[in-house]
Amino acid sequence: MSRAEWLREDRLPHIYCSGCGNGTVINCTLAAVDEVGWRRDETVFISGIGCSSRAPGYINTDSLHTTHGRALAFATGVKLARPDLKVVVFTGDGDLAAIGGNHFIHACRRNVDMTVVCMNNQIYGMTGGQGSPTTPPGAISTTTPYGASEPAFDLADLAIAAGANYVARWTSYHVTELTKAIATGLQTPGLAFIEVRTQCPTNYGRSNRLREVSDMIEYLRSHAMLVQKYNRLIAEGKPIPEGTFTIGELVRRNRPAMGVQP
Amino acid sequence: MSRTEFMQGNVACAEGALAAGCRFFGGYPITPSTEIAETMARRLPKVGGVFISMEDELGSIAAVIGAAWTGARAMTATSGPGFSLMMENIGYAAMTETPCVIVNIQRGGPSTGQPTRASQGDMLQCRFGSHGDYSTIALSPSSVQEMFDLTAKAFNLADRFRVPTFLMADEIIGHMRERMTIPDKVEIAGRPPLPEARLPFEAGEDGVPGFAPFGSGRAIHVTGLTHDERGYPDTTDPEAHERLVRRLVAKVESARREIADYEVVNPDARVVFVTYGAPSRTVQQVIHDHPDEGIGHLRLRVVWPFPEFALAEFPDARVFLMPELNMGQISREVERHVGQPVVPIPKLGGDLHTPADLLRALEAYL
Repeated sequence: MSRAEWLREDRLPHIYCSGCGNGTVINCTLAAVDEVGWRRDETVFISGIGCSSRAPGYINTDSLHTTHGRALAFATGVKLARPDLKVVVFTGDGDLAAIGGNHFIHACRRNVDMTVVCMNNQIYGMTGGQGSPTTPPGAISTTTPYGASEPAFDLADLAIAAGANYVARWTSYHVTELTKAIATGLQTPGLAFIEVRTQCPTNYGRSNRLREVSDMIEYLRSHAMLVQKYNRLIAEGKPIPEGTFTIGELVRRNRPAMGVQP
Repeated sequence: MSRTEFMQGNVACAEGALAAGCRFFGGYPITPSTEIAETMARRLPKVGGVFISMEDELGSIAAVIGAAWTGARAMTATSGPGFSLMMENIGYAAMTETPCVIVNIQRGGPSTGQPTRASQGDMLQCRFGSHGDYSTIALSPSSVQEMFDLTAKAFNLADRFRVPTFLMADEIIGHMRERMTIPDKVEIAGRPPLPEARLPFEAGEDGVPGFAPFGSGRAIHVTGLTHDERGYPDTTDPEAHERLVRRLVAKVESARREIADYEVVNPDARVVFVTYGAPSRTVQQVIHDHPDEGIGHLRLRVVWPFPEFALAEFPDARVFLMPELNMGQISREVERHVGQPVVPIPKLGGDLHTPADLLRALEAYL
């Protein structure tokens, strides 16, 4: 099947700002779905509220654009009622980690058979750039005008602690690796969580001296460190540069899962 | 073959759901509704259904809506604070026209209030509790038999009109044990399918679009945003919004006569009790003890959409007396439909009105 068949072209133009990383993530996800050979009529995309959550509206399958934070609870209902359907959830940092935090940890605990792709742009983009639970300390947003003062959530750590079978983190720069990780997630029974650190030049970059899209992508590239290298540096007692985050496959395991098609 | 049993109201509710083909239950424990979840947990796996205890009531109703979109008949049951927590997604179900059943075994509020005592304090919340304009259907059982019958009926109404449908019971009816009959077979109407030539949210003359479950190849986009007949968001066109919201309300309100379900006793009466749910039992006792054609009784099994024409079944009524386990929530609705005086007889605290309470009210008007 050609990738274009997965898109609702009659919905274009999309709402995303120029330079937004979400389109890249959607593209990688569709490439992965296509690569593993899923059919359009057996695949359901589900989302909550926010920029990331508009993605299912552009995809030509059954799709459920739900309420803020609740996508995983809706998805649990879909998957348990019809395990033969294949479920992908798009979410963002505000949707998943703030208002939807409880559903996130419980979906991971249940290890419901679905793939969750989180576009973490570290800001509430849809509402115009307010600080979220992943906004890094010191970052400027419209609700943290003097710099964010709260510690940020590590979403991948949260998913690992809560029990997801597969957890990976990449950025919108690492399109090949990201596509592979999503494809692995799609084929892993249980909950697969893929965090994608992505750029929001309009509402994050502009206030944080990353005005150009290329500056933001370069920031993501240069601060991402492969988890193997990170672990080696820690073991050797070497310093970790400030602002570093790990990328790569962070967990792959086989805990009991729910909603797996028999 | 039908069988007669001595059963608790909440158990009868679960049995009614199962008989109607409910195969998904998402819930969260809360007094006084918990026996419904417990019964479903025990029974659903045996009939090939799914029971899940969700992390909260927001998740419960969300999972139910998700399951409903796969074509399953799906239900949740809750009380008091749990019902309040469901409000946002109830609006989502109304906006996305998702057929589902929500049982509320009402308890005393506001807030945590009286977890173990009866109330009818959520009768306006079930009609108006989520933001924006919409209409829903609410049934009110006043016996264990009706816990079974009306729960089964709620699924048919939810499917027929594609609306979240409420069974608004209370702690007394939910925990009462009575003789009841489980019928041989329950009528299952099913969801009218989406015709091939129609758009996903394009309705026929009755204002209700056909339903195509996920996995049926129609690639339906479901969103809580204002949407057009394709299901695509259209959030700034005033005409698109008005067209959608007017249809969501009209599909229920214009079918009031089809949905209506009530019982009339002594239509020539001058003094008429109007009740729904548990207080109906006290009125029945009073009429039993004091046979008098001057005392009428309108008992509503469907409260929303409100069947105002039922009040006209009592052409000689001089006054309507309304015992309710709240401060007069449905009295206000009756008041706006009749010229005669409407007298609320509120009862708070969890007890039923006694026959003596109602006789005192009667004496003033007979």
